[in-house]
Amino acid sequence: MTSGGTLDLVNRHNADPRTRRSSVNHLEPATTAGPRRVVLVSAGLSQPSSTRLLGDRLADATVASLAEQGVGATVETVELRDHAHAIMDAMLTGFASGDLAHVIEQVTHADALVLVTPLFTTTYSGLFKSFVDILDKDSLVGMPVLLGATGGTPRHSLALEYGLRPLFTYLRADVATTTVFAATDDWAEAGGSAGTLPERVRRAGGELARTIASRDGRQAAASGPDAPFAGTPSFEDMLGGLAG
Amino acid sequence: MQFGIFTVSDVTTDPTTGRTPDDTERVRNILTIAKHADEAGLDVFATGEHHNPPFVASSPTTMLGYLAGVTENITLSTATTLITTNDPVRIAEEYAMLQVISDGRMDLMLGRGNTGPVYPWFGQDIRQGVNLAIENYALLRRLWTEDVVDWQGKFRTPLQGFTSTPRPLDGVPPFVWHGSIRSPEIAEQAAYYGDGFLHNNIFWPMEHTKQMVAFYRERFEHYGHGRADQAIVGLGGQVFVRKDSQRAWDEFRPYFDEAPVYGHGPSMEDFTRETPLTVGSPQQVIDRYAAFREEVGDYQRQLFLVDHAGLPLKTVLEQIDILAEDIVPVLRAEADRHRPEGVPSNPPSHADLVAEAQATGEATGLHVVGEDRWTGRRAEDDTQDPAEAVTR
Repeated sequence: MTSGGTLDLVNRHNADPRTRRSSVNHLEPATTAGPRRVVLVSAGLSQPSSTRLLGDRLADATVASLAEQGVGATVETVELRDHAHAIMDAMLTGFASGDLAHVIEQVTHADALVLVTPLFTTTYSGLFKSFVDILDKDSLVGMPVLLGATGGTPRHSLALEYGLRPLFTYLRADVATTTVFAATDDWAEAGGSAGTLPERVRRAGGELARTIASRDGRQAAASGPDAPFAGTPSFEDMLGGLAG
Repeated sequence: MQFGIFTVSDVTTDPTTGRTPDDTERVRNILTIAKHADEAGLDVFATGEHHNPPFVASSPTTMLGYLAGVTENITLSTATTLITTNDPVRIAEEYAMLQVISDGRMDLMLGRGNTGPVYPWFGQDIRQGVNLAIENYALLRRLWTEDVVDWQGKFRTPLQGFTSTPRPLDGVPPFVWHGSIRSPEIAEQAAYYGDGFLHNNIFWPMEHTKQMVAFYRERFEHYGHGRADQAIVGLGGQVFVRKDSQRAWDEFRPYFDEAPVYGHGPSMEDFTRETPLTVGSPQQVIDRYAAFREEVGDYQRQLFLVDHAGLPLKTVLEQIDILAEDIVPVLRAEADRHRPEGVPSNPPSHADLVAEAQATGEATGLHVVGEDRWTGRRAEDDTQDPAEAVTR
């Protein structure tokens, strides 16, 4: 779905929406791990899109909350629309190539993810799900994740709970308690008061920020050089497992 | 270095004519293709094993046994023999028979297969795929190397005093490859035994292939079979060649676009960039394939898929001629030029294995003397005293 009435709200300061690196605060980071990498994945289809707008706000709220805690962070944005054909190719061939391979690397090595999708016929869009489907099922284990969705009517607000949350629970991601659903009407509300969209965005960003801040820097940085099959059991162990 | 072809035996409609061969025609075409590869001077013909349409190659040793009789020089092999769902006792018997019939002009490649439903068709459980590959192969080796086998495992009935016949030719089992695309456990298995490892990379980016082969090589050395660069490596490949590159692209594109595996997916431009599929002139194939050694090290066997996606027989035979005349001699010379000292140029032949076994005194007996306890008796009679088989 798209919400034509909200399009003028979109940030237009990015020349390249795929690789916007916003960021950063001027405080010293709380740890020596360097700025945390928050990757925003948007499955919005229109350009500009209200889904992307929601994602930007969630990412900004996360960065702002981290800044209050003295933790620096950067935001990298992935628009799945730009990779739609490649995602379907990866479905058909079993491997991702080119830019998409880079995007998967970017997403699975992030410190946290903000994932936003429009709701189509009661749940996440097919493009969003297809992207999740081509990720290795273990690649998001423990990943701090904040979920957001846009829809035309508030009656779909629980789709995040019955559709998206179980998906990321299955993938054993660390999903923030608050998820943010924005119906067309939500964009009209004034900020500040409890329960409004800006308030929910702030609360969700705060939750994700606390999770990020509680972690050491990126796991991947500590795991050393590439050892792609390091987890393979030795043949003696495999044989032994059968004998026992 | 060996160069050959392998078939997956798909029956596919020719998208340019709408014509579909029936199973009989396809099987006969495969025989013609294999004979032609032998006449053209290619080194290897390998057949897949599949048990579901649209594939027809369900019975590899029947096919290869016939080919052993009508070919002269080509090594007959498989790509792959299903180690998971075939009874290892049958594999031991059938491939020892093929070895004898072909006078050692064969080897085989074991794989787990990529078709989930095949497991229950043969009484097995797909959840045990890797474990079946490990246990069955351990038994297969014993059946070939030990004359009388007592055995008990998890996945088939125990054996007591069992002898697989015929005993391997000259007392030396066939050379075995293990084929795997995604499972490092299988690379580990190949390394453990010092067997060959073939990565059928035809649908995969080289980056992935490189990692799998590097892992196998490292583990081969770890298990003490030699240096990592001496491990026996094979790769899959896929080409469509014409003297004129543009003609190759024009002619192959309709087959690519409708191919069962990648059709209606990525463009041929994308696929040729990301995978070993090379469509073009002989020189383009040479440039691409000669560079693979830079990714996986000097390797011993390169197989090409040339007969799929509904390509007509005449075209396939032309592809074999172009490979044999214009491509393989150059690739072979390139491989010879770069190969370091001590790295084998070929996988071990039967003669190599015999020489090695004689040197180490490992060649086993050629016939096991046994009593014919069965003739004239009912099978049930033999179960009267199960201890008899063990004690005799």
